[in-house]
Amino acid sequence: MNKKKSILDSNVFYTMIAIVVGFIIGAVFLMIAGISPAVAYGKLISSVFGKPKYLIWTLIYASPLIFTGLSVAFSFRTGVFNIGAEGQFVVGALTACSLGILLDLPAWIHVPLCVIAAALAGGIWSLIVGILKVKRGIHEVLSFIMFNWIAFYLSNYVVNLEVIHKEGGGEATKDVLASSRLLFPESLRTLLDCSAANWGIVLAVAAAVLIWVIIEKTTLGYKLKAVGFNSSGALYAGINADASVLTALGISGALAGLGGAVQILGMSGRLSQFAGQEGFGFEGITVALIGSSSPIGCIFAGLFYGAMKYGGSKLSIVKAPSEVVDIIMGCVILFIAISQIFRVLFGSILKKKEGN
Amino acid sequence: MDVIIKNLGLLINATLIATPPLLLAALGSCFSERSGVVNIGIEGMMTIGAFTGAVMGLTTGNGWLAFFCAGLAGALFGLIHAIACVSFHADQTIAGTAINFLGPGLAVFLCKAMFNNSSDTPAMDPSCKLPKLFEGVFPAGSFWSNVLNVYSVAYLVFVLAFVCWFVFYKTRFGSHLRAVGEHPEACESLGIDVYRVRYICVILSGFLAGLGGAFVTLATINQFRPSVIVGQGFIAIAAVIFGKFSPEGAVKACLLFGLCSGIKTLAGQSNTISPNLISMIPYIVTILALVLFVGKAHTPAANGKIFVKSK
Repeated sequence: MNKKKSILDSNVFYTMIAIVVGFIIGAVFLMIAGISPAVAYGKLISSVFGKPKYLIWTLIYASPLIFTGLSVAFSFRTGVFNIGAEGQFVVGALTACSLGILLDLPAWIHVPLCVIAAALAGGIWSLIVGILKVKRGIHEVLSFIMFNWIAFYLSNYVVNLEVIHKEGGGEATKDVLASSRLLFPESLRTLLDCSAANWGIVLAVAAAVLIWVIIEKTTLGYKLKAVGFNSSGALYAGINADASVLTALGISGALAGLGGAVQILGMSGRLSQFAGQEGFGFEGITVALIGSSSPIGCIFAGLFYGAMKYGGSKLSIVKAPSEVVDIIMGCVILFIAISQIFRVLFGSILKKKEGN
Repeated sequence: MDVIIKNLGLLINATLIATPPLLLAALGSCFSERSGVVNIGIEGMMTIGAFTGAVMGLTTGNGWLAFFCAGLAGALFGLIHAIACVSFHADQTIAGTAINFLGPGLAVFLCKAMFNNSSDTPAMDPSCKLPKLFEGVFPAGSFWSNVLNVYSVAYLVFVLAFVCWFVFYKTRFGSHLRAVGEHPEACESLGIDVYRVRYICVILSGFLAGLGGAFVTLATINQFRPSVIVGQGFIAIAAVIFGKFSPEGAVKACLLFGLCSGIKTLAGQSNTISPNLISMIPYIVTILALVLFVGKAHTPAANGKIFVKSK
């Protein structure tokens, strides 16, 4: 009985159900569109596992998502909701890209400078929202949404500035200098048969472990969690709630900013003008939810989302719209969001049974 | 002088074209937020409305019917949001995020499935679109012709705003919905069905957001593209906050943001100010308004909080 109860209590159980339901609903829409789900999902799987090279690409796609996932997960654990990871990601990417183009430094200083500056940019972008919340009582979700769009248009503005814009038209910046790239050494990339293989995934995993240590093993993490759990109780215990909120948002924003840096310095090497929001921040919400807001869970959730994104990009080969990934992920979020009530329901049923 | 008058006419015209989609979505958002359900899925609901409007316009050739169907498509997503948030006690912001994945995802998915893997629908014949009211009444190129060169729905939207205001403040349902957003427990003890009120409001917000999206595809332009809505749903939310969660405030805020958009359209042609900088204005203005005027007070008290029926 206890075993059954622990299964019904565990997040993983509900997440798995949500993912299965997401795939089933995705299959229904594929069938409506006259596409065999077996063919489409087969393609999805073979695009990820077919060759070692594909797995490397999955890691490349996953790295920025692990960062934004960590960003959102960290905010969840500390009782704020960072729906602004999108904007922080964008300012991080913008900062890394601008410095990568404009500065000409040796690699050993150029790379850390760009990465740290991106983290700072993301952190500050988030901190402004934190200050608005603490000083003026403005709900963070509202100001995050505004700041996402300000970042969006700011980025499009900067991308089109002459010093940064690629010569001869196009809708992207110049390529960042090679000295700022996070790429693996040439020889290793040749060996892996992947030109964009980069250190992003290593940084992402390191960040996840670091965040896990902060949350679980340090006084700082304990304080932040205490404020998130019960701010008046924490206040009573002598914890400065305002300072905690600001610290939490600053760290959360820095993580998203790092995601932007990894995307630019690792994978793409340049920043393109946005037609719509890139979505890394919102995908981070999904990653955090699938990973049950645990830093280590975010690694696996990020890999899952990365695989879906990379595999999804290959779906057009079998004439299936890649947007089926959005449908599946949307359903996954929705079902995780409503799973709480099932947990309560199953819990009370089990209790009744035990009572008998 | 003539140039100024001509440009003024064009500016008013551009404002009148940019405002209705925002206002429709914002009015819907007022209902949802005031009843205590945060709806950040407006963007997704608008996108599905924009797509449905374009497809129905293409297939039926009847602009009004297509417009109505777009509302229904939005309402369907409103229903999903209501089921998740009201009955299943989901976190409202997260459910809204899911809607923002599902709406645009589904729209582009279906578009590719229906139109030979293209993410744009074909362009519509003008006869399929919503009609213009004052076409040919004033001589072409004159001030009034410039100003009133708008689709008839644009005028209807302002009438609708008045209707919403009336419902909000002059009807029983209106007082119920405002009360439910402030203190659901008290409402329940008075015999008001909180769930029912919230369901109606959230579905209505989806319906109006769907109409707003369809205005873009059936009036402003003549086809669906993935980028038709980008940000308008969020501007509508900004307008609702800026307008202190009331229909009359939403009208003013949407006109202001519509004017920003109008300036952007005109400035984009002359290339003097970066359209990207002008695009930021609604968001910055909203933040400033929150900092300077609105403060803590005006958010409906029960907004975003889960309400569990007793019994």
